Amino acid sequence: MNYYQLFQLPAQFDVDLTELGTRYLALQKQFHPDNFASASERDRLLAVQQAANINDGYHSLKQPLLRAEHLLALRGVKISAEQRSFTDTVFLLQQMELRELLAEIADAPDPDTLIDDAERQIRLQKKQLLATLSAALGHDTHEQDLAAADIIRKLKFFFKLEQELEFIAQQTQD
Amino acid sequence: MAYSNKVIDHYENPRNVGAFAKDDPTVATGMVGAPACGDVMKLQIKVNEQGIIEDAKFKTYGCGSAIASSSLVTEWVKGKSLDEAAQIKNTDIAQELALPPVKIHCSILAEDAIKAAIADYKQRHGS
Repeated sequence: MNYYQLFQLPAQFDVDLTELGTRYLALQKQFHPDNFASASERDRLLAVQQAANINDGYHSLKQPLLRAEHLLALRGVKISAEQRSFTDTVFLLQQMELRELLAEIADAPDPDTLIDDAERQIRLQKKQLLATLSAALGHDTHEQDLAAADIIRKLKFFFKLEQELEFIAQQTQD
Repeated sequence: MAYSNKVIDHYENPRNVGAFAKDDPTVATGMVGAPACGDVMKLQIKVNEQGIIEDAKFKTYGCGSAIASSSLVTEWVKGKSLDEAAQIKNTDIAQELALPPVKIHCSILAEDAIKAAIADYKQRHGS
């Protein structure tokens, strides 16, 4: 399923989120079960299926990482189900250091300062990676698509770090 | 999802956690990660002149299965030659720890970590 086609948006990484929201609501309304109450069983089922596609598509296009994965999949680079290990040693060492930093927060005398520091670091690196991702996807060449896939893999580690940090921040407040 | 007793044992009493001195020439390091769950695994081996792995250490940030898989591998590789250690299969790890299908990737990560450490050693020692 091509979600860009479903929402009639250009197949590119940068998406107008307001436009996406407007079209989502319009499509939701169009395929609402109430409109198919007196339709044939087949049409009712099709409408239910389409409503599910609309929801899936909206969530995939709204979130930058899922959107990038969807765009790459449309271009023939599928990474969502891969189980291959990531082996960029320099990047992983940096991740290890960030994880160690997070692990120290819990026992620190002033956790709030450390949480702010970590948050800033993670946000900055995420922002840089997202900018690189946008640029790579803009080229629409296979080589740049493979580079984009690698950036997505890196971004996933940062999203995980963010989750961990959120968890730690919650715990220190208790 | 319930963890098996072996996973819980390795998770609560992980074997060989830590790191060797970075500049030790007999030490090699394997770093791997799983983007899907954000797990990061570091596995180090200390190899003697006969090419036997004398000691191993690991540090893993991830779920219980990832920690247990790397802990188990550090136990298994001790006393093995590099070639023997390279034979360790993720399916052996998964079977030993009774990992459910959704956690198989943790055992793949541990297999890749030991392979990466062996490759690092061979690259450093030109063999």
